[in-house]
Parts: sequence; structure tokens; C-alpha cells
Amino acid sequence: MHPFAYTKPADTRSALVAGARGGRYIAGGTTLVDLMRETVERPGTLVDISGLPLRDVRTGERRELRIGALARMSDVAAHPRVRSAYPVVSQALELSASAQLRNMATIGGNIMQRTRCTYFRDVSAACNKRQRGSGCAALEGYNRSHAILGTSDACVATHPSDLAVALAALDTVVHLLGPDGERSLTLTEFLLRPGSTPDREHDLRPGELITALEIPPHPQPLRSGYLKVRDRQSYEFALTSAAVVLHITGGVIRDARVAAGGVGTVPWRLTAVERRLVGARPSDRLWAQAAAEASHGARPLRHNGFKTELLERTVERQLRTVGGTP
Amino acid sequence: MTRQTRPAAGTPLSRVDGRLKVTGQAAYAAEHDAHGAVRGVAHGVIVTSTVGRGRITGIDTRAAAGQRGVLKVISHVNAPELPYRPWRGVPDPARGERLRVFQDDRVRFFGQPVAVVVAETLEIAWHAASLVRVSYDAGRPATDLASPAGEPNESENYTRGNVDQALRQAHVRLDRTYRLQREHHNPMETHATIARWDGDRLTVWDKTQIVLNTRAGLAADFGIPEASVRVISPFVGGAFGSALRCWPHVTIAALAAREVRRPVKVALTRKQMYTGTGFRPVTEYKITLGADQRGRLTATVHDIRAETSTYEDYREGLGDVGRMTHATPNVRLTYRTVPLDINTPTWMRGPGPATAAYAIESAMDELAYELGMDPIELRMRNEPDRDPSTGVPFSTRRLRECFRVGSRTVGWDRRNPRPRTNRDGNWLIGTGVAVATYHTARAAAQALARLHADGTATVQCGTSDMGPGTYTSMTQVAADAIGLQVPRVRFQLGDSSMPPSPPHGGSMTMASVGSAVQDTCDKLRRQAIALAVQDPRSPLHGTTPDDVTVANGRLHLRDNPARGETYQQLLARNNRTYLEARGGYTPGDEVERFSTHAYGAVFAQVAVDEHLGLVRVRQVHGVYDAGRIINPKLADSQAIGGMVGGIGMALLEHTITDPRDGRIVNANMADYLVPTNADIPNVSAIYLGGDDRTADPIGVKGLGEVVIVGVAPAIANAVFHATGRRVRDLPITIESLLGG
Repeated sequence: MHPFAYTKPADTRSALVAGARGGRYIAGGTTLVDLMRETVERPGTLVDISGLPLRDVRTGERRELRIGALARMSDVAAHPRVRSAYPVVSQALELSASAQLRNMATIGGNIMQRTRCTYFRDVSAACNKRQRGSGCAALEGYNRSHAILGTSDACVATHPSDLAVALAALDTVVHLLGPDGERSLTLTEFLLRPGSTPDREHDLRPGELITALEIPPHPQPLRSGYLKVRDRQSYEFALTSAAVVLHITGGVIRDARVAAGGVGTVPWRLTAVERRLVGARPSDRLWAQAAAEASHGARPLRHNGFKTELLERTVERQLRTVGGTP
Repeated sequence: MTRQTRPAAGTPLSRVDGRLKVTGQAAYAAEHDAHGAVRGVAHGVIVTSTVGRGRITGIDTRAAAGQRGVLKVISHVNAPELPYRPWRGVPDPARGERLRVFQDDRVRFFGQPVAVVVAETLEIAWHAASLVRVSYDAGRPATDLASPAGEPNESENYTRGNVDQALRQAHVRLDRTYRLQREHHNPMETHATIARWDGDRLTVWDKTQIVLNTRAGLAADFGIPEASVRVISPFVGGAFGSALRCWPHVTIAALAAREVRRPVKVALTRKQMYTGTGFRPVTEYKITLGADQRGRLTATVHDIRAETSTYEDYREGLGDVGRMTHATPNVRLTYRTVPLDINTPTWMRGPGPATAAYAIESAMDELAYELGMDPIELRMRNEPDRDPSTGVPFSTRRLRECFRVGSRTVGWDRRNPRPRTNRDGNWLIGTGVAVATYHTARAAAQALARLHADGTATVQCGTSDMGPGTYTSMTQVAADAIGLQVPRVRFQLGDSSMPPSPPHGGSMTMASVGSAVQDTCDKLRRQAIALAVQDPRSPLHGTTPDDVTVANGRLHLRDNPARGETYQQLLARNNRTYLEARGGYTPGDEVERFSTHAYGAVFAQVAVDEHLGLVRVRQVHGVYDAGRIINPKLADSQAIGGMVGGIGMALLEHTITDPRDGRIVNANMADYLVPTNADIPNVSAIYLGGDDRTADPIGVKGLGEVVIVGVAPAIANAVFHATGRRVRDLPITIESLLGG
């Protein structure tokens, strides 16, 4: 671990000042501290924001759900409104990490967490994400857990968050506060595909702070759920996952939102799958046909070729689980 | 009046050291400074190679050495030449030379120690270590069995009968190849060593399963007498074999301490554990089975290849199961090791049989299907009367009974043998069985026992307790033999100044140390009785020693409990502060005259979600013929732990090497998968119990190893029964079940 300075600002304003000076924000620290130990991250100054008043989870006037950036994963997972209105969010959270980590880690930190790519986390390996232009050891290396969607020749690392997959499906908005004031963008806009600059993972300007995530109102009734496929039953990142959100009335799917995890360099909205679903009536055949669109554009690597088929099966299973069979 | 007491052995006593452990008072290797045993400790952090083969061309230590608080950076450039006296410890491979630290510029594997940074604090040492720049002239390492780094080592061969003829005449012949990936022990406690020199004398606090081996290893490395080295290791937080050898970091700690003239602690990180200790080697097991119409094996051929390092030829009992488990007149076995640019593999729980049983018991299941025969019936038709490899009788072999009890427990009779016949929603359900065997190893051990004037006793042996509960089980044996209640007996271990013990591994501790403790404590009790019957002031004066017994610390006549006195009374009256006895155990010719093994029948039930490629274990039950059970609670802890290891072996565990440079890519607990609680279902062990006094004086046959053997094949066989799909590579992963 490289030496660093530590500061704990008392209010948001002071935090922004410290951030603008180049400080790195730290909240739960469950990713950053690990990476500092490996010297992957070498911040000069840590700005501890865990004392800032950004922990509330509340419902707004439009029935939108605003989740403070510093709300803990475990608190959000257990929140009554989240549980009743967005099971996909609770499930994604509860299938993440371990109970101890969920008690520490925050929602803002969760979407900011960095990839589990083993070469990224090992400073003796080439990694464009860690050091632009140094090469990608994963491309020709061991890449079973890597992405098949949204990859580039520079980077094939997956975004590790389960929660972000559920939030992407729900068109979640990220609220930011920076030296130049507030701005908002969707999570899908916020998280960047690697392209030729895999070291740039977010549209986050210097000193900007995530203040809240907002799930916009959705038509009711809304059914949703998250399926995570992995080798063991707990404490493992997804090989594939599917977040499914369906609005069905009169036996017809009026609105469908489907996103996949474990397969993309960012949480991956499956728009082709969604298009197949909207306007159709639930049936096993529909689920299979729609899921067949899930791997569209996939670029499998040497060890993750199975993910193409597994993704389709994961989506199909979760469509059936959420949408049912009449 | 003396209360009639129940023997302590056989009762489910909780760990006598449990409270110390859960309250943080048990000092593990890296904690002895915090517990006050050693002061002024500096911290050493090892820098490891980032190439898998080659030479070091330069080490730039300027930035590291310039950090405030750095005491020294040691590498082959400035390290003193160490004597490295020829020496081979009991757990060391029979051929090759141990890795010598910082003695030359050669890199033999990725992750080899190339330098150590010693600093005032761990943080400074870590930071400085990250600043050391090493340059290499590197080549592509050999990391795959198919492309060795050199000539394959000499093969180990075994033949009986005429295999070729028997195979020609066989009614059914089956040829299969099974592969197992590399596995690491991953004990909860990472390895650590604190070393302190006092002049020419070296004291080391180490994580080890055998203090004497660490002592002898360090003495040889530094060219000093063994008597000048003391090794202390009172608690071990799991090891599974990883702490049997004196690893390079132990020598590094002692070297660093000598160089900086201060005690030095070296603790491996989890990542360094993957190259700083050993592992279960990648093994390819080709097997041919020939059988007659009635399912009797007529011939078996075993062609085994396993990885080893370029500098040592590690071998384990991979041939044991093939030679003796099933009755077969004709057997040919070849065991080759392939040198690779890797660190040396080592003993890992159930070494040899755990691997071999996967191949053999999977092949037996395949044979049962070929013959249309129940897999248990197939095993029963091949039960030998005598050990087929030596012709000697078994001391005890109750495998038939294991299967009878197991079949009854799981309702085997109701099983439809046809694959894919049992479904539960998205899940296909299957059941499978396998045989487990493990040789009962025994070795000489000694102990020392003292009975104190206050009526308590301490008993010592320089063994270890890596988790099976040695402290507790030895206390039980000692309490019964001395005639004291458990709380009045203290068993001590883990110090090289104590009487010698064999390695705490290979399931031999209870048999060997337990027998030594019993002998020693018997002697102590008899000594006290002798003192009493000769003491004119004793109520027992003039009685026959054989008529005297001791219970609850009171000596009395067996036939007249009222006549007697307590140990305290006896010692006080004789002005003795203590009585002391030394004793021991040395295995006799029963080791040759009888074939002694622990046996088990393992039953597994799995659910397979074929669509998603998921396997979830629903039940594992093991029925064990392991001889006498000294403590059923500890036995369960051992057995369930072993079965969990077997589940990991079957479905999850796999150390992955990047062939381009030899880097282990999953050297952490997030990517090297071991089962979590959620992966462990209904797991149970049943012990036939009994008592094998031919095996050893206390009648045990060893339990720690046999309980991991057979679990992986039982699960693989259950996966076949569920799906009709035979996976011949472990672990069974999602991708191996998808498709088709």
C-alpha cells in the first residue's frame, strides 16, 4: 500500500473542495482498500465521505425512489418499498458479496466498483485499464469470467456489480454534485464501455460526487426479479445474470426491461429481447424466442464461449420465472 | 466414596482449547509478538518473481532501501551463502533438493521468493517491497503435463499376474482417462514465522504440523546443531498438509533475523500461499478395467501421470488404491511424474487415494452400467478376503457393513438405477456411491506425563493440533489412563523441546501419539500405585498393585472402593511435588503382518439444473470403519470437514495457471472457489465404531484422510445418474454440463 493522506470532511461542501483538489472519495472502502493493498489504486489523498448525510432512501412526489449514495447495500435490500416495488433490486443486492460486505458497502460505491479481472488486480500483468497502452493480458490469457459483450481489443473486463444490472433495467438516474453544480444522467450513460480508453470507466468529472441514484416511476403492476448464475451458491461474481422487469396487463406485455450481468463490460440492456416481448402474450415459446436474441453481437473469448449459450438460457429462465406461463 | 466415572474417551467432549480460540487468546504463528512472547519484532515482506522461468538480471532496491524504517533488503545479490547441509525431512520428496533461498539468480517458478524487505513496521515493509524492481531474462515456462520442462522422472511400476492375457479374455473391458486439476489447501490461517536469534541459538514461532521437522530443516539450512534450534507452534489454524514441510519463508525469516540482528516476522499473504507452500498436483489417471460376466474384476491397468517441480520429485500414494481396494488377480500400475516450472506439490488431505479413488470409483460406476449391475453389488463382488497386494490378512475390513448401513440410511433399495429418472422441478436428481480407503499410518512417538501434588496432571508431546482436536482427544486418553477427570489434565504440544512426535498428518496422530500418551499415562498411574502399596502409611499398603485402580484422582481397591486415598494425599505424605513418567509407542511387526486401512462407503445425492449447468449437492453421507472413535464430536468435525473438501474437489476447486508466464490467476479466495455454507447441504458421518487393537494399542485406524476420499467420485457418479452425462475432469463445471 502506498502512503496516503486521509481527511474526513464534516459536510458535503468541504468534501467537494477536497475532491476538487484531487482527493479520492472513500465510503465503505470494500473495493478501494483491497485495490490499494494490491497497489492497483494509489490515491494520494482519501476523502472519507462516510459521514455525509447521503444515506436516505425515500419516495418522491412522482413515486420515484431516491436512494442516497451512502445507503448501505444491506439497508437498501431490506427497505420495504424496495422489497415490494422492485424485488429485482433487493434480489440483486442479496445475491451480491457477503453479509459482512453488504453491511459495509454503499450504493454509490457499488456502481463504482472496479472489475474483478485478475490481470487488472495484479500489477505485474499488462492491463490497459490500469495503465493505458500497456496491453491486455486477459485477451489471450485466462478469460473465463470475462465479457462477451461491449468488449474492445483494449479490454474485455466485466463490470462486476449485480445491483447495476438491476438498476440499468429500471432506467435508473445517477445524480452528481461537483464544483460546477448538479447534473444527472442515466446509469447507462454514466458507465462507459472500454473502447480504446478502458481506464475511463465513468462519466465522472474531477471532484464530482455521486449523491443519489433515482429509480424513476414505472407503470403498475410491475413484476421483476434477478437471476444470478455462478459456480457456487454464495459469495461469487456472476458468470451470467439477468434482471427482468415486466409490466403485463390484460394478458399482454406492455413494457419489458431486461438487462444482463457477468457478460458485458458494462451492465448490458438487452433491447432486442425487450422488443420481442413488448406487445406479445406470455408463453414458453415467447420466452425462448426472446431469449434467443440475448447474445446478439457477442464476441466470445477462448475460455468464455459457454457464456453465449448460458446467457440465453439465463434470460429465458428468468423471463419464465418473472413472466410466468399462462 | 468414589463416584463411578465414565471413561472420557468415547464421549463428545467439546474442545478443551475452544474458549481460548473463540476469545482470541490462542496465539497463532503470526501473533506471538502481540501475545508478548517475543519483543522488538521487525517485519519481513517477501518479493516474489513475476516470471515463471529464467534468470534475475538485476535488482534495484534503491527506492525500497531509501524508505524510512527499512532495515535491509536481502536478495541473492547480498545474501550470505547458507550451508544448506544435505537433509531430507520426513515429509520431503525422496528425490531432489529443496529450494534454497537467495542463493542464486535462477527463477524456477512464478512466485519464487527473490528478495525480502525488512522494516520497522509491516506497512513500511509492504510499501518498500512494492518498490523493489527486478529485471529478468525470462523464458516461457513449462506448466502443462503435456509439455514437460525436462525428461520425465523414472516411473514407479507395479505388476501382479498376467494383465494382457486377462484383458484379452475379459467379458467387458473399459478404458477411461480421468483428470484432476491442481488444488490448494487454503487453510484459514495463512503461514507465518517469527524468528529470533540469541547468539547461535535460534527460536522460531512457526505454523507447522511438525515442530521437529522445522527444527531439523533450519538446523540444516544454517549448519547448526538441531539442539540449537527451538520451534514453537501451539496453535495451527488449519493446514490440511500445507504445514508439513519447512518452506522457504521459514528460512527467510531466520535469515532476515540474523541479518538485521532482531527478531523478524514473515507472514505470507493469501496470494503468496499459492506459491510459497505446496498443493495437490494435477493428475491424469488412465485406467483399464477387465471384468467377467458376473462383474468380478479380472485385470486392471493404472497409468498415472502427475506434475512435480524441476527441483524435487514429489510423489504420493497414488498407487495404493489401485493395488489393494478391489480384489483383482492381475494388476499393472505405472506412476510417472512430470517436471514442470512450478513449485513443488505437497501432501494435501487424503494425498494419493483422494485422487486415485476419483478415477477408480468413477470407472467402477461406469463398469456397473456396462454390466447392468448395481454399483454397490459390483463392489461387493470384488471384496477381497486378504489384501490383494500383499496377501496378508486385514486387521479389520468392514466395507460390506459400511455399505449395508449406508444403503439402509439413504434407502438405496428404492433407487431406480436408470439415469434421468428422477426430477424435481428444474432439477434432475441423482445418487452415487464410492468406496473410500486410506492406509493406517503409524510411527514412533513419545510422551512425558507429570502428576502434580495438587492432583492435576500435565502431559506433553511435541505433536500438533491443526484442527482435529489433538489437545482434546489426548486429554481424554490421558485422563482415563491416569484416573483423573478431564478438567484436571492439561495436554501440551507444539514445542520441539517436548518428547518427539511423528508428523501431524497422514491420519497417524491418534494412533501414534494417542498410543504413546496412553502408555505414558499408564506408567504414571502404575508408578503412583506402586508408591502407595509400598508406603506403610497408605491405606493401600501391602495390597497388590493389580487390585488397585484410580478414579477421579483417588486410588482405591477395585473390590473395596472405601479403601484408598487421593493422589494429593499420596504425594503430600511422600513429600513429592510431582511424579513423572516417560513412555511411548513404537509400531511392531503388526504393520507387516496385517493390512490396516480405514474404510468408508460414501453416498451422495445431487440435483442438476441441466438448462443452466448447475450442480447442487443435496446430501452426502459417509459410513466409516475407522476403528475406535475417541471423541464423536471431534470425529464429526473431521468427517464433515473432509466431506466438504470432497465437495470442493468435485465441483469447485481448481488452481488456474496462465501458461504464458506461469502466473496463478486465481490466487485469492474470491476466485479460487471453496464451498460456502450455502453449498453444504445435509452432510453426515456414521461410524461403525468398534476397536482395532491389532492396528495400535488404542484401537484407532485414522479418520482425517479417509473422509475426503471417495466424496468426489460419489458426486460425479451421482451427476451421471442424474443426467446420463459422464464428466471425467474435475471439477465438474457449468460449461462441462452445458451443450448437447
